Amino acid sequence: MENSALAKTTSVDVLIEDWASDKDAFKNVSWGKAMMWIFLLSDTFIFSCFLVGYMSVRMTTAEPWPNSSEVFALTIMGEHIPLILIAIMTFVLITSSGTMAMAVNCGYRNQPKQAAILMLVTAGFGLCFVGMQAFEWSKLIEEGVRPWGNPMGAAQFGAIFFMVTGFHGFHVSIGVIYLIIVALKVLRGDYEDRGYEIVEITGLYWHFVDLVWVFIFAFFYLW
Amino acid sequence: MENGSDVQGQQQHPISLYFKVWGLLFVLSGFSYAVDYLQVQGELRWALIIIFMFLKAGLIVAVFMHMVWERMAFVLAILMPPLCILVLIALMSIEADYTYFNRLFFFND
Repeated sequence: MENSALAKTTSVDVLIEDWASDKDAFKNVSWGKAMMWIFLLSDTFIFSCFLVGYMSVRMTTAEPWPNSSEVFALTIMGEHIPLILIAIMTFVLITSSGTMAMAVNCGYRNQPKQAAILMLVTAGFGLCFVGMQAFEWSKLIEEGVRPWGNPMGAAQFGAIFFMVTGFHGFHVSIGVIYLIIVALKVLRGDYEDRGYEIVEITGLYWHFVDLVWVFIFAFFYLW
Repeated sequence: MENGSDVQGQQQHPISLYFKVWGLLFVLSGFSYAVDYLQVQGELRWALIIIFMFLKAGLIVAVFMHMVWERMAFVLAILMPPLCILVLIALMSIEADYTYFNRLFFFND
């Protein structure tokens, strides 16, 4: 029975019904959630513009593009491992996405304490990510990478690197603050009457940050 | 309650599903990293990067962000607009090809 109900709300007939119903097209979607999604949609366009800008710049440069595999390599215990820092950052962010999903789940199971703790753990992984990004930036700046040039190749590399990863890192930092605030409010009992959908909304933002990283990782670091 | 949102629009799903997706995301990230580590080159590299990227993005949006359980009206309102970006990509790549050609033409002598 539950399955047929699910099939109904996700079908095209219901889509037409919803949009033709004069008001309240997004049924059973709270305003908080709808607005977060619409904000994320606008953010999608911002990041897309950055990545399309990167594409143009990379396609038009007549100089060779620096080999990211080598630029982001680290020597750990005498072993030279390509792109390792970025791989670790990717795994940290995915781990944080997992703990966030668990937090949302706990929220809906009415376990606010666990939800808040998991959100703080997620924020911790986020901080760890930003810390590694700071390390990566200082390493590159030390090696002479600047927004206007670098010793490894095409001058545009630095501009794209600092802009795209900087903007993403800024999103992660804001996400950490957001998570901490909501977690503390959950612990304080602010949502006891209203339920814990706020955890899901915060989670949407956090998963989006991870989602953007998936694209940056593919296009900027691996391509 | 097995598999879907209840009347209040709450998203409660079996925790095992999240663990499976979480694991899959790890494996897929490992694969993407392996593409670079094993220095796969050329078209195969690009194809693999794109495939792993879309699989990861799809899993995050569908399960972690609960899009598979949302109503069609909402899903389309959020997921359709980004398709405009394809037009931007097409236009910019045509433009970039032209710029690149001109740079080769004028900078090389």
